[in-house]
Amino acid sequence: MNTADPLNAPVKATQRKPKPGRLMLTPRNRRELRKIAVGLVFIAPWIVGFLALNLYPIIASFYYSLTRYSPISSPRFIGLFNYEKLLYFDPLFIKALANTLYFVVFAVPLGNMLALALAVLLNQKVKGLSVFRTIFYLPSILPLVATSIVWTWLLHPQYGAVSVIMAELGLPVISWFSDPQWAKPALIMMSMWGTGWMMLIYLAALQDVPQELYDVASLDGASLWRKFRHVTVPMISPIILFNTIVGLIGAFQYFTEAYIITEGGPGDSTLFYSLYLFNNAFAYFKMGYASAMAWILFLIILILTFLIFRTSAKRVYYHGN
Amino acid sequence: MRGRKPPQPMIFHFGIKRANINNIVSFVLLVALSAAFILPLFWMITTSLKPIDQLLLDPPVWIPNPLEFENYPNALEEQPFLQYLGNSLQIAVAAVIGAIISNSLVAYGFSRVEWKGRDVVFVLVLSTLMLPYHVVMIPLFVSFSKIGWVNTWLPLIVPAWLGHPFFIFMLRQFMLGIPKELSEATRIDGGSEWVLLTRVILPLCKPALATVALFQFIWSWNDFIGPLIYLNDRDLYPMSLGLALYHNSQGITDFSILMAASTMAVVPIILIFFFMQRVFIQGISLTGLKG
Repeated sequence: MNTADPLNAPVKATQRKPKPGRLMLTPRNRRELRKIAVGLVFIAPWIVGFLALNLYPIIASFYYSLTRYSPISSPRFIGLFNYEKLLYFDPLFIKALANTLYFVVFAVPLGNMLALALAVLLNQKVKGLSVFRTIFYLPSILPLVATSIVWTWLLHPQYGAVSVIMAELGLPVISWFSDPQWAKPALIMMSMWGTGWMMLIYLAALQDVPQELYDVASLDGASLWRKFRHVTVPMISPIILFNTIVGLIGAFQYFTEAYIITEGGPGDSTLFYSLYLFNNAFAYFKMGYASAMAWILFLIILILTFLIFRTSAKRVYYHGN
Repeated sequence: MRGRKPPQPMIFHFGIKRANINNIVSFVLLVALSAAFILPLFWMITTSLKPIDQLLLDPPVWIPNPLEFENYPNALEEQPFLQYLGNSLQIAVAAVIGAIISNSLVAYGFSRVEWKGRDVVFVLVLSTLMLPYHVVMIPLFVSFSKIGWVNTWLPLIVPAWLGHPFFIFMLRQFMLGIPKELSEATRIDGGSEWVLLTRVILPLCKPALATVALFQFIWSWNDFIGPLIYLNDRDLYPMSLGLALYHNSQGITDFSILMAASTMAVVPIILIFFFMQRVFIQGISLTGLKG
């Protein structure tokens, strides 16, 4: 990368052989070390954070997952017992995992598609672009506790605005958050309302697609849809991949809305993975058990991300670098 | 990433007539979708202004008459929401200061100083973005309780002082865009790295720093699981936690007060957004996520 820079060029075999067992510092080596030291001083805050907030906790968490551990006693090693119990003897774990997969499978693609659709619409030369952009983006940065409470009231089966509108349109009345069938779809709907940040990323990407490509496609008589499919989508495919992965990681950790609105109910229909994990750790004080859950989640996310990267490798187009 | 040509509006070319029709269709769709997106906030605000006897009407009143502003003082009386707001503000500001300082330093070390192994370490920085919070949540809680930080704001503030991969990435991209010659000139004049960072580089990074400040403020303001885990003492609650506990302790009859409280939690973020909209939109481009 820096071959032009003599200071950074790989150090060639030194002219004089250093005596064995003794470290010889040529002036060049010394400069090199000094630069490393300067670099490390600047990134010191991150190093401390990495060790204390990432590396140590990862190791500790893995150790805890092999123990029985409540805050009042010290961890007791029990091998893989937590994992066995989770996978074979805990129906609630399976339920939580299934609920989360349901949420991920619908919320991530739907949110992504809505965000892309909004971005494409906004990218036409429409009047009032900044007003629309604000309206779509704002919900995604509002405090989730407040918006969750608002949605509880919005989807109230009797007095909520949505129920009223649906009744007026002659649609059946749905009890949303108090119906095990509808609680998850209601939360998915709410998550789509918060897709504005993705839309903004798409919008920025769309504005970078060269106009010439569309002009050429027009000359060839391509329809709107074909242009979208064969120009827009390939050109922004790295962004689609990025949004999908970020969305996926977020959806697997879905917590606040379920905690506030449904508290896992009705009938455990919204007991999501993170919620069950949180309950195990901080309500039942099963820290070891919860740590095992965290590691299973971690593995699921890693494997899925890897698979998505692998399967998308051929379809993602990186122009330039 | 910077210095590229100004964003070109993309229009589908079909001759003027087709383009016009497309525009009209897009506009109508956008209006309809906007209405759907606004509905929850509209419902929140109108409910917060409803007198109690108009709250549970069937069919409901869309716009209450008369407007009941008393719900706001009532909300403040029910719960110390003003104190919660003040706590949120203090936590967020402390975190923002830390985020600006730490991420500037770290990003500088990853962009303007050349050292062996830098880019390998940087990959490590980015890889931590993949780590789910739940993996570190329990050991962090255990550690923080051992050093007596539980029931203080420290676990909510101190991590912000240790850099965040997202901000480091963003600032690094920005700093890489500043010409190298600028650094060389200062170094030749005998300026130290510190002088270079504070006098030359950071002043040029103002837009990126503003983005860091905004995002950190919003994250801290909105954070719920952190306060939920660490705070027990009501006097320390930020808005998110105070609102959640108030919600869980209330029945349906208090929805107008709940909506008044929710509005108070939401309004600071809306105000910040409107005052700094430009920075927000910029922030997305700064992350280098474009194309």
